[in-house]
Amino acid sequence: MALDFNNATVKAWRRENGRVGVRNHVLILPVDDISNAACEAVANNVKGTMAIPHAYGRLQFGEDLALHFRTIIGTGANPNVAAVVVIGIEPEWTKIIVDGIAKTGKPVMGFSIEQKGDFETIRAASWQAKEYVHWASELQKEDCPISELWISTKCGESDTTTGLSSCPTVGNMYDKLLPQGIYGCFGETSEITGAEHICEKRAATPEAAAKFKAIWQAYTDDVIFAHQTDDLSDSQPTKGNILGGLTTIEEKALGNLEKIGRTSTYIDAMGPAEAPSKGPGLYFMDSSSAAAECVTLMAAGGYVIHTFPTGQGNVVGNPIVPVIKISGNPRTLRTMSEHIDVDVTGVLTREMTIDQAGDSLIEMIIRTANGRMTCAEALGHREFSMTKLYRSA
Amino acid sequence: MSIPQLLVHDHEDNVGVVVVEDLKAGTEMICVVTADNSDFRLTAKADIPIGHKVALRALKAGDTVTKYGEDIGRMVGDAGIGEHVHTHNCKTKRW
Repeated sequence: MALDFNNATVKAWRRENGRVGVRNHVLILPVDDISNAACEAVANNVKGTMAIPHAYGRLQFGEDLALHFRTIIGTGANPNVAAVVVIGIEPEWTKIIVDGIAKTGKPVMGFSIEQKGDFETIRAASWQAKEYVHWASELQKEDCPISELWISTKCGESDTTTGLSSCPTVGNMYDKLLPQGIYGCFGETSEITGAEHICEKRAATPEAAAKFKAIWQAYTDDVIFAHQTDDLSDSQPTKGNILGGLTTIEEKALGNLEKIGRTSTYIDAMGPAEAPSKGPGLYFMDSSSAAAECVTLMAAGGYVIHTFPTGQGNVVGNPIVPVIKISGNPRTLRTMSEHIDVDVTGVLTREMTIDQAGDSLIEMIIRTANGRMTCAEALGHREFSMTKLYRSA
Repeated sequence: MSIPQLLVHDHEDNVGVVVVEDLKAGTEMICVVTADNSDFRLTAKADIPIGHKVALRALKAGDTVTKYGEDIGRMVGDAGIGEHVHTHNCKTKRW
């Protein structure tokens, strides 16, 4: 019998701004690369916190700097985060991050290193982090409707089995949960290539279609043709995709688009790490097809659970968002089962329908929201990768 | 019905996907079209790895390869019925 999720609820944390989070992290967030060491020292001092080191944040400018700020602020603002300690080298950019996160109403405090040094900064930030941990660890979960979840998707190490099984499983989930009122998100601009005409038709409005097309065309012209070597620079499909039987980018793109289901349409096309602004529904986000970069951008957009179909076996995780892996490839289930949360190999043996596979994913989403650690969480995968638009000054 | 060795998305497709490991040349494959669960038989002409494509009819260089009912590229070499279709004989039309 099909699952009835009309009245399904999950036990989760309701944040100050009304959003629902399924994890309760206290983050130690660096503004820039040279503040990583202080953040890691604070996280080492205070158990129950997590530092998220990253590679950038100095000498960036223009749209590239705006994306950096949007990604860091969005990460701190995500409802899976209870409270944030921000550390930067200097006070001005640190304050921009703190003020951006503070708009959610959650506790956030900034510290800057110049004229104090690492020791003094770490001492002060550790005291604050300890207070946040005591406070966050007493926050109680409450019953929240499943319709309040924001669920993103991106596939990785795709092969021909993803287009047959794990991607349509995600699509079936969206066809069932988007009408309930969830927010959805797909992206991977380069990986739409070959199916861009189909993606354009899946827009809910002419405006959304035009925005998607402009994003895709700009990417194609400014990135692919500007730096072209051969066949999408011999990187799309990847060597792993080709090993798994994918031959052309068109074939990969058609499988990729199976993730948005049969009936779902997207209501807007957003820039990288942007938060959706047109209410519940499905959104396209301009994003790299590289797993860690894409999941990082979607998490910064406010999504709290990520669904990740894989064929050949991608192992990616994210520091703040549980990444649920789905695979239908029997060889991957045989060789890499420690990474797979939802086994849909039955779709290929015709012992499981896509409808049943979609239900099994929804069940895993509910269990994950209720607290089940994903394979990526259990294995310590916390990949956090900033998307960089161009060289720093 | 037994477990199929080959899945085909759409009736318009001229390639299908091997979905079992260790498929050997000469195997009479059970093939299922996922669009409507109809089935047919086809003999594999090579050892073809899981995930890789098989020609459902004789394909010549220049022919369009159709999967999901859509154009996924062109043949740059020939493949007889039941033979392997991949990067050695199929390429995108874009680059």
